[in-house]
Amino acid sequence: MLEIRDLHAKIADTDTEIIRGLNLKVEAGEVAAIMGPNGSGKSTLSYILAGREDYEVTSGDIIYNGESVLEMDPSERAASGVFLAFQYPVEIPGVATMEFLKTAMNEQRKARGEEELSIPDFIRKVKEAAGDLKIDMAMLKRPLNVGFSGGEKKRAEILQMKLLEPQLCVLDETDSGLDIDALKIVSDGVNALRDPNRAVVVITHYQRLLEHIVPDSVHVLYKGQVIKSGDKSLALELEENGYANVIEAAA
Amino acid sequence: MNVQSKIVKTAAEEALSEHFLNALGSLPGSPAVVQGRDKMFDALMKNGLPTRRVEAWHYTDLRRLLGSVPAGAASEDASLQAGLVENAKVLSILNGQISEEIEGLPEGVSVSSFKDALADGAADLHFADTEFDDAIGQLNGAFVSDGYQIEIDADAEIETPIELQFVQSGGQAHSRTPVVFGENSSATLIERHLASDDAEVLVSSVSHVSVGKGAQARWIIVQAQNELATHLGQVNIELAEDAKLELYVVNAGGKLVRQEIVADVKGSNADLVLRGVNLLGGNSHTDVTLKLGHNVPNTTSNETFRNVVFDKAKGVFQGQIKVAQIAQKTDAQMACNTLLLSDDADFSAKPELEIFADDVICAHGATVADIDPAHLFYLMARGVSEKSARGLLVKGFVAEVVEDLEDEAIVEALEGIISDWLQKNG
Repeated sequence: MLEIRDLHAKIADTDTEIIRGLNLKVEAGEVAAIMGPNGSGKSTLSYILAGREDYEVTSGDIIYNGESVLEMDPSERAASGVFLAFQYPVEIPGVATMEFLKTAMNEQRKARGEEELSIPDFIRKVKEAAGDLKIDMAMLKRPLNVGFSGGEKKRAEILQMKLLEPQLCVLDETDSGLDIDALKIVSDGVNALRDPNRAVVVITHYQRLLEHIVPDSVHVLYKGQVIKSGDKSLALELEENGYANVIEAAA
Repeated sequence: MNVQSKIVKTAAEEALSEHFLNALGSLPGSPAVVQGRDKMFDALMKNGLPTRRVEAWHYTDLRRLLGSVPAGAASEDASLQAGLVENAKVLSILNGQISEEIEGLPEGVSVSSFKDALADGAADLHFADTEFDDAIGQLNGAFVSDGYQIEIDADAEIETPIELQFVQSGGQAHSRTPVVFGENSSATLIERHLASDDAEVLVSSVSHVSVGKGAQARWIIVQAQNELATHLGQVNIELAEDAKLELYVVNAGGKLVRQEIVADVKGSNADLVLRGVNLLGGNSHTDVTLKLGHNVPNTTSNETFRNVVFDKAKGVFQGQIKVAQIAQKTDAQMACNTLLLSDDADFSAKPELEIFADDVICAHGATVADIDPAHLFYLMARGVSEKSARGLLVKGFVAEVVEDLEDEAIVEALEGIISDWLQKNG
């Protein structure tokens, strides 16, 4: 479903290269974890997948469902099924959460040539998904992410993911800022979305999240490259010994 | 010998002078009013219309910007529109004339004709001397022909919003609206200005809003005229002890617009809340000028303006707050935030604090920015196209100030105006 080929990327308007020849393959149905020390390029990778303009791909390619996404803007990627759950969802004053959700769902449907949702259908879907994630509907009456606690923001991200039904989910440190109960709710939300036709890329610092969302593959990112890949036992090994051994072995 | 060279009149000045000569005989007025009109017009024309050399008009050079002036009367009838909110009591001012029959007013509201007041001498006090730079007061004083005078009885709680609907199908209209909110009364007034499509109009609208002791008043100005309209508005406010006024100003139209707000906070514990939205596009020029005086101890004011500027539009905000020496414990907060959405768009913000008391809290802030790229990316990453995402963000930016209003129907109506305008111009 996703294939990243020898990707090089830098911060736009500078010469600072962050991604330096990254290769990664994620199949449909797979949950891939990406781990790595601070500054290894994990969040950058998530932004590049989503199409953020702050980064410029200088060579290599990102193939999603057989096609390069590099020429697609973020909304086109989203409409084709790419979803990024942000590490730090931005607060957007003045934009009502419900209006935003409705616009996003309908614009994606429109881009795929589907009918717009009726208002009752839309509200029913939101209520259902919010209930599963223990999100109070009153929270959704507030402006988008404004005044949400850290945990509420992360749950709101997963709510959007459920509603938009993407094919490729990229979760950027979704566990940061979550207490144990919220971690459980969010993980259950993600696990409920596991599907043979859907791939999930989980970016995390800690093994803790991977106890809840058990990955099929684990990849270690260091200095903008995948330096080691393995199964879920690799995450345990990292938890125990840190990154030093893996980095040394790769050097 | 007079060495000062006589200034050459602009086309607009010529047209106004001619109109004044023609109209003088037919404009209503007691002898004092007739004299007053002359005095006002002389004051206006003495140095010509104000230019950028007059400080209060520095960013709005009226002499240069007022290219032409439409003939006095409209050629066709103006038609009344539905009220801004469903339950409003609409009082119409069609092409500058109030309606002859006024029926169905809520209990506790009385309305009379300013035209009658002009004729019988009751309006003489409106023709006292004006400040030299009060071009709107002078123009309006010279030509004012009609208007509603409104009184809200003491202790009356008026649930029905009263909408003054000014509709212009062409020509000029100059009206004056004195309103008194009696002690401990509460009411909402909507001052709404509309113009028929493609009609060149010149409108001046001056209101006098006196909010009595303990009264809770809301005044909502919606200026949504066509792209040929010149609108010169002025609202003069007096706040008595414990009085509160929420003033909302929404500009969503017009070619040349100046809205002045002159407020005298003169009763202790009085509170002024001012919120403004300026939606600017095309080649328009829109100026909101505030002159606010805190003149007694223990009063508060809070002003927030949000402006979005597209195309080659130009916007101006001048916010003057004067705190008198005796006005200790004044709390005044002013903010003016602008989104500039094209390279040719322009906005000038000029805050001006003059504080003579030493124990006050006064703050002002002005920002000018483009849409936050992080916000845009977030929305687009959810599949919202760039155009829609920009629309949502621009609307959110201005709608936020409207939502402070605790009246759902009016909030919805104002948001509707904002959405429609953005749909058309965004």
